Amino acid sequence: MINYVWFGLIVIGVVVGIATGNTQAVTDAAISNARTAVDLSLGLIGVMALWLGIMKIAEEAGLIKKLSNLLKPIMVRLFPDVPADHPAMGAMIMNIAANMLGLGNAATPFGLKAMKELQTLNSTEDTATDAMCTFLAINTSSVTIIAASVIAYRASAGSLNPVEIIGPTLFATITSTVVAIIAVKMLAKLPKNKASKPAPIVINETE
Amino acid sequence: MFVTVLENISLYAIPVLILVVVSVGLLRKVKVYETFTEGAKDGFTTAVRVIPFLTAMLVAIGIFRASGSMDILARVLAPVTNLIGMPAEILPMAIMRPLSGGGATGIMTGLFTEYGPDSIIGRMASVMQGSTDTTFYVLAVYFGSIGIRKSRHALSAGLIADLAGILAAVFITNIMF
Repeated sequence: MINYVWFGLIVIGVVVGIATGNTQAVTDAAISNARTAVDLSLGLIGVMALWLGIMKIAEEAGLIKKLSNLLKPIMVRLFPDVPADHPAMGAMIMNIAANMLGLGNAATPFGLKAMKELQTLNSTEDTATDAMCTFLAINTSSVTIIAASVIAYRASAGSLNPVEIIGPTLFATITSTVVAIIAVKMLAKLPKNKASKPAPIVINETE
Repeated sequence: MFVTVLENISLYAIPVLILVVVSVGLLRKVKVYETFTEGAKDGFTTAVRVIPFLTAMLVAIGIFRASGSMDILARVLAPVTNLIGMPAEILPMAIMRPLSGGGATGIMTGLFTEYGPDSIIGRMASVMQGSTDTTFYVLAVYFGSIGIRKSRHALSAGLIADLAGILAAVFITNIMF
């Protein structure tokens, strides 16, 4: 899927760009976005280091384990392939909690930490597991309770009631998250996705 | 009232979280400074590993955006979106939302300037912006950080969720305002 989408974006972009006389703009966009990608990635270093450091302390202090236990019933159902006391659970909970509070800066490091932990349960190096797909779907559907930046943009554009969108936004984002979970679970059952599913790693729980 | 409470949570969450973690850590005899640096050293490798994935994604999206394909796509889809009560003006934003967070924000503020944030278009754009995240960016960064290339059904699920979020935004805005 991702190969076709990526191919499509480029081919349609180049062909339409040439046809409509936007050839120079296409060239400029390709070059400048490549630079943006590096800037964005390198910009992650600081916040990544900060939150991975804090997370490590929380882990050693047993806080992450406590948090995972609290939300165990939901998490086990969402991620049946992940052992209930696996470190990935704690990191995913931290990520979702940070997203809900609109703390995007903290959410990404927690999310990447969660991916790293999920990868320890993956028997392959380059193929996403069901748990990874579920976690990603939840993340892309956004679970932010208050869309603070949208409210700020509305206020600066002179809205008489910038916060009036909170209720409807909550409705829309809950809808998208519920649909994401249903969709990812149903898609995982398709023969194609079942066939490509990485074999599970058996974990010895003898701590 | 409700909003003030939630805004305060956002304001205090990070400092309080850091305070709680280091305090509990120290109480439980964790060597907080050393442990922090131990965790933090992964920051660099993770960020660097994201570069090729994010570059691939942003370059493709950049080419698509700059080519003017968005307007053509919006024109093709207009008859469909009219049926579900989505104004044609907002369609480019709906298409942009999963591709580029900055791009969607740009379109949204443009709509605010042109139609006003309190118009039906302004409100619908606001709800749409908050209802889903930038699927392609999240996929590139999250999967890229651990070298996952075969994303299986993650992208399809993400895009289905985006569509659901957009439809929900159109529906609820038309009903409430």
